[in-house]
Amino acid sequence: MAKMTYIKAITSGLDQVLNDDPKTLIFGEDVGKNGGVFRTTVGLQDKYGEDRVFDTPLAESGILGLAIGLALTGWRPIPEIQFMGFTFEAMDGIVGQLARDHYRFGGTKNFPVTIRTPFGGGTHTAEMHADNLENYFVSTPGLRVVTPANPYDAKGMIISAVESDDPVLFMENLKLYRSMKDEVPDEKYTVPLDSAKVVREGKDITIVAYSAEVNESLKAADALAKDNIDAEVIDLRSLSPIDTDTIFASVDKTHKVVVVQEAQKMAGVGAQVASDIAEEKIMSLDAPIGRVAAPDSVYPFAQAENDWIPNADDIEAKARDIFNY
Amino acid sequence: MANGSKQIVDFAKIKATMADPYKHPVQVIDREGKVVNPDILAKYSDDQLVDFMKKMVWERTLHEQTMNFSRQGRLGFYAPTAGEEASEMGSVTAFKEQDFLAPAYRDLPQMIQHGTTVAKGFLWSKGHVEGNIHENKNMLFPQIIIGAQYVETAGVALGIKKNQDKDRVAFVYTGDGGTSQGDWYEGVNFASAFQAPAVFFVQNNGWAISVPRYKQTAAETLAQKAVAMGVPSVQVDGMDIVAVHEVSKLAREYAAAGNGPVVIETLTYRFGAHSSAGDDPSRYRTKEEEKPWFDADPLIRMRKVLTDKKLWSQDQEDKLVEEYKDDFKNAMKEAEAAPAQKVSDFLKWTYNVPTPSVKKQIAEFEAKESK
Ligand SMILES: Cc1ncc(C[n+]2csc(CCOP(=O)(O)OP(=O)(O)O)c2C)c(N)n1
Repeated sequence: MAKMTYIKAITSGLDQVLNDDPKTLIFGEDVGKNGGVFRTTVGLQDKYGEDRVFDTPLAESGILGLAIGLALTGWRPIPEIQFMGFTFEAMDGIVGQLARDHYRFGGTKNFPVTIRTPFGGGTHTAEMHADNLENYFVSTPGLRVVTPANPYDAKGMIISAVESDDPVLFMENLKLYRSMKDEVPDEKYTVPLDSAKVVREGKDITIVAYSAEVNESLKAADALAKDNIDAEVIDLRSLSPIDTDTIFASVDKTHKVVVVQEAQKMAGVGAQVASDIAEEKIMSLDAPIGRVAAPDSVYPFAQAENDWIPNADDIEAKARDIFNY
Repeated sequence: MANGSKQIVDFAKIKATMADPYKHPVQVIDREGKVVNPDILAKYSDDQLVDFMKKMVWERTLHEQTMNFSRQGRLGFYAPTAGEEASEMGSVTAFKEQDFLAPAYRDLPQMIQHGTTVAKGFLWSKGHVEGNIHENKNMLFPQIIIGAQYVETAGVALGIKKNQDKDRVAFVYTGDGGTSQGDWYEGVNFASAFQAPAVFFVQNNGWAISVPRYKQTAAETLAQKAVAMGVPSVQVDGMDIVAVHEVSKLAREYAAAGNGPVVIETLTYRFGAHSSAGDDPSRYRTKEEEKPWFDADPLIRMRKVLTDKKLWSQDQEDKLVEEYKDDFKNAMKEAEAAPAQKVSDFLKWTYNVPTPSVKKQIAEFEAKESK
């Protein structure tokens, strides 16, 4: 075991899948010699050669089309879209084609494509580099959407994603890349693509979050603990499908819940979680479902990000409201 | 071919000749600063030539000052421009105030020349909305999504045509990498199909971040891509400001006269990193590659021509640099004095008529902001 950053954990997972399966291919913009603009694929071209790890021309639609065609001819593509804001260029490839193809082929063909893409705000990037766009993808049948919130899950989930025969959108959080370290096993292990995880146990209120907001929620839980409010924090990890079993079990224990997301509020993942809870567990609730989300404006200009992105204070305040309801 | 019979079509030969019309990039001043096209140079007055040089010195100083500001943490995303002065200043100066500019993120200098302020450029870099507002100026903000400005330019050009605006064109920039985007082809093709007045610039600086030009396409030149869309195109020495200007002027005239669009590939080089956000060119390119390009510096070249004509001196240049630096420092102060942005404003601007839930959020944020 070694302490690894989130980004190193992903590199380690990719290294393992390239090593184990000669059919895996990494490609995209700058992923080769440069090792990606964040260095996620650093060293992999040296190790596996330009046939397995290669730069493409600058066209996301082309990258996704390539992935689909390669999957059709027996390969296991791991395309990178350099920033999630550029998935719009590949929207037909992802949503209009890839996600539907298993269905369209009557289940006779698999599309084991893992699309890696960084996302998430708070690092003052240029426009279109930070947006949380998961809501566009979670409403797409045929696609799995996952996002680890720590290095251990990052490695285990990238391996599961590549080994999955369904297409997976693997969202990597920009802010987490180098801001946290974990013990990460050197050997291969997997983390399932459809399970949430209780990352802090508590009995008074459940906070459901994902990606960087998991850390904010943990901070909020620490602050609440000072007032003897014992919050349970759940990391969704998978945004499609959503692991309602884990959430429902927690709601049955705490009877109060706050759902947190970094994305804008309208029709987001949080809305889905809230409606799942309302549909199945309304009688178990002692208070309304609290929601914390970004406001419904376009993603803010970089200088104002800190006022816009929900943080631990926002979560703590909402949790207090719900707890004291 | 079997039996030595003649092939009905010879693809290898077709491929080998496709770039033929583009083998000699337009040039007026060569890499050594020698005038190779005196007839063209003679069309320019001394004042114009000196003005070209001043603009390049201005851009180089802006670049250097901006790199300093970046190092001091006073800017956000910024794309360095050193090496591309002739391409950027040579082209933008060929357009008129009424022409519409669609810039990419590396084209702040053209925006400023086309009428916005340096302070606005800095505000854009810092991620402040004021940097996106260029009221009454004919331009978009710098585009981050590569290729998007090409399709939009086709629309602007068609709008100009439908409005029957006289002596007005749209002009737009991408990099070499940008020519791989679907939007690039769609933009050029639309403008061609509608015979709309647009001038499309490809600033071929050799690299799309770490990916060299030859990995973008097996086409020998980027200019030749326009042929498929029925658009005339040309390659020009992008480190020769006179050549770039002359070609841009001709392109503008051609488009403004109602002949449809033009594509211009400028052969230039990015001296520094791709952006101020952590790119390190030494990871992907060699000193041997860089050297001849550094030697081809457009400022060195023009300096030689002007010095030979006794129109320029180092003293004069040093003085200018100091003046420009002061301007840029003042612009930075102006940018730094801009009032903080408010989330309630972002919410107000998201719709013209805010939805009920957005109205609620505006009230929530106004309450927070007044604390
Ligand atoms: C649609 C889209 N894809 C990817 C990027 C990320 N990106 C920014 S600049 C760049 C390289 C661009 O190279 P080029 O077009 O040659 O222009 P240059 O930066 O060299 O001027 C890439 C891949 C982006 N901004 N937009």
